[in-house]
Amino acid sequence: MAAHEASAVAKLPTAPRTRLQVPGSVNQVLKLTRAQFGEYLSSRRFVILVGIVIAIGGILTAVVAYFRSSLVSSSSLAFYGSLWGGAAGFVIVLAAVFFGGDAIAGEFQNKTGYFLMGLPIRRSVVYVGKYIAALLASLCVLFLFLVILLANGAYYYGGNALPWQLLPSVLLAVVYLFAVLGTTFLFSSLFKTSAYGFVLTAILFLFGFTLLQDLVQGLVKMEPWMVISYASSAIGEVFAPTVNWGLGGTIVSTRIPTGPGRFDTVTSYTSGVAEGLAIMLAYFLITGVVGLLLFEKEEFA
Amino acid sequence: MTAPTIEATGLTKRFGNFTALDHLELKLEGAKCVGFLGPNGAGKTTTLKMLTDMIFPTAGECFINGISVQAERKVALADAGVLIESPEIYPSLTPRQALQMIADLRGLPARDTKGRIDEVLSEVKMADWADKRVGRFSKGMKQRINIAAALVHDPDVVILDEPATGLDPRGMAEVRDIVRGLKKRNRLIFMSSHILQEVVDVCDEVALIDKGKLLFYDTLANVTSKFAGGNPTIDVGLARPLGSESALQDIGALPGVTSCTLLEPKRIRLRFNGGPDGREQLLASLVELRIGVTSLSEPVSALEEIYLKQIEKGD
Repeated sequence: MAAHEASAVAKLPTAPRTRLQVPGSVNQVLKLTRAQFGEYLSSRRFVILVGIVIAIGGILTAVVAYFRSSLVSSSSLAFYGSLWGGAAGFVIVLAAVFFGGDAIAGEFQNKTGYFLMGLPIRRSVVYVGKYIAALLASLCVLFLFLVILLANGAYYYGGNALPWQLLPSVLLAVVYLFAVLGTTFLFSSLFKTSAYGFVLTAILFLFGFTLLQDLVQGLVKMEPWMVISYASSAIGEVFAPTVNWGLGGTIVSTRIPTGPGRFDTVTSYTSGVAEGLAIMLAYFLITGVVGLLLFEKEEFA
Repeated sequence: MTAPTIEATGLTKRFGNFTALDHLELKLEGAKCVGFLGPNGAGKTTTLKMLTDMIFPTAGECFINGISVQAERKVALADAGVLIESPEIYPSLTPRQALQMIADLRGLPARDTKGRIDEVLSEVKMADWADKRVGRFSKGMKQRINIAAALVHDPDVVILDEPATGLDPRGMAEVRDIVRGLKKRNRLIFMSSHILQEVVDVCDEVALIDKGKLLFYDTLANVTSKFAGGNPTIDVGLARPLGSESALQDIGALPGVTSCTLLEPKRIRLRFNGGPDGREQLLASLVELRIGVTSLSEPVSALEEIYLKQIEKGD
């Protein structure tokens, strides 16, 4: 026994007994973000998402090639407005659900949170570090999609045919990603089971908010400014021939026949660019603060 | 340098109507290992989680090295190594990457980090797996990495929640070696465990909790003495069978020994009233008898007896 103990002691660490200076919270966020981002990039879900985006990009490329005469004969503005403006929101939602749906709930269910919670860090450091890592991973996917579209655009219109509207649209898409990811993190922090967080965010973003938006504008006949998915229309609005840059939405009323001599009016709304941006920022700030507060109060019981 | 401390004052935790922990008053001070015992649901993990701010007290407060965990979590936990609930490590990380992350977040100087990670990985016998992904590891291997993560910054205070969980017998023995090594380096270790042998082997003191209340906290020797209704019991392990009856009588005649029983050919049980200081003399006297003494320990059965008696009393 004595010899056994002696051998164990001989291998003991020899670090000097100087009290460690724990890094500041901002520094810790950066360190945690780096580790989490690496974790996301090497995760299976990242590979799957990249595969999905490549598939979506491939389908769009094939459709454009097939309908070349009608699509390509229009301007590059219409090309990007239709493809980027139409699909970027979907890619963003997909990325946010993949990386944010179970980001916080998974820390409880998979017990990975216990690996971090015994450290001298604020809980907000974990929340913010994971958020930024998820944001970076989502941006990788979003920019992959953009690169596919740019390659198509360069092929049909040449490398110099980029409409200036693409830049504000991409910036709006990034802000939309901030908001959607903030919202998925908030929902995720309501649960301690990954599946609940994942399913709820998937249902809400893929169907729920769109349905709510339709109900508000179709039945209540009111501009659905309170629904986050409504804000995403600003990403495509930038490409419109007459852009509404303002804080109010554009109302489009269409009379549709419902029977002999009878008509009904269908009202739809498109958010103005400033309005969409304001909704996105409001969602980002409110969900960010509420999610952080919830996580601060969450117990690892 | 002041002695490391862990303290709980009036620590209470209620989950709805259920009181998981009821006004715990406990102060651990100095370099030692304290075993935290109690049946399932007694409040052990609840206590450890409050000590590390994973859950919040309904009342009371915890201190590590005199710093309130609830008021200054970041400062209080800076010098503590924590292993609670056998955490999972992000599966795509390698042990080296996981420990690098912990070292970075704790502020270990970059120049020391690599060497330190190599040392702790070697200490938990995971050096050969340092660059393999954790996702493919067994439960026991992950637990070794968790132990390494708790020790990577060489903390003054170590809080371990059933550290031998998932480990094979060799792994359990290695955990005991690690804890003994920490004691020799003047660390304070607070360790919950279900394995009484582990507690007897490495702990100097023991705290028993049941139904959220602390039943006792004392040295192992005092506990066995006080609750076993007599003098502390000591088991003497021998390298060879005790040769004769006269050898047993010689042992029985040693100062402080009040009774002596041959349990097995190579194991003797003594009742000893010489106190903790007298144990050193007892060991020297036994060695002088040339009977092949290999160990001197509190018997597990004594602790087990006390454990069960105290828990039953609570029922």
